[in-house]
Amino acid sequence: MSDLYTVNKSPFTKSSLDTALKFSKAGSSILLYEDGIYAVVKGSAAEEKIKAAMGDKKVYALGPDCAARGIAEDRVIDGVELIDYAGFVDLVEATDKVQAWL
Amino acid sequence: MSDIKKFMYLNRTAPYGTIYAWESLEVVLIAAAFDQEVSLMFVDDGVYQLVKGSKPADIGMKNFTPTYRTLGDYGVRHMYVDQASLEARGLTQDDLIEVAWEDWETEEEVDNIVEPIDAAKVIELLDESDVVFS
Repeated sequence: MSDLYTVNKSPFTKSSLDTALKFSKAGSSILLYEDGIYAVVKGSAAEEKIKAAMGDKKVYALGPDCAARGIAEDRVIDGVELIDYAGFVDLVEATDKVQAWL
Repeated sequence: MSDIKKFMYLNRTAPYGTIYAWESLEVVLIAAAFDQEVSLMFVDDGVYQLVKGSKPADIGMKNFTPTYRTLGDYGVRHMYVDQASLEARGLTQDDLIEVAWEDWETEEEVDNIVEPIDAAKVIELLDESDVVFS
């Protein structure tokens, strides 16, 4: 099995996303929530990082946090899966452990 | 009385993830109520504060976009946005709310006081301000 990496900080103010991606293994899952979701906006400076990560990892974003911030589904990078709170729980259950990158 | 000062509120944080944006907005409303010359500047993640279409009900927070939209009525005359910060985040002015302003005495009106500007203009405006709040 693999780990779930969670990131809740904006990629433009903190290096949490960069570091989480750097230390995550292929086959693991990355979940962006709270201000972390700004990384999955199409056309942003973080887009390339997310696309590169999707080469060998699965990237998720928490839907309610996107909606709260005015980021509609069509603004999210293709291939990133939006999940709700129940989906978050399922993801935690399906992985070995959770690493929180704050 | 002629001691009206130029207040500039510099916003650099995203809404909802932390309480800073909301607290800043409350202070802006207080200053504007005292008839000072109040402008807002949105730089870095601060530009996210103006993104329209926010629906924070599911994260249990108040939507404060409507409050920004009333700032013109409180006498806030300018809301500047750093263009480079917008571009880095994949945003354009079309993604931002519009805020109208009207002078009740002269009936002068401006449809939208939200204005993207370049870095040189940001520097100039910060320099011209008497007080800068961060």
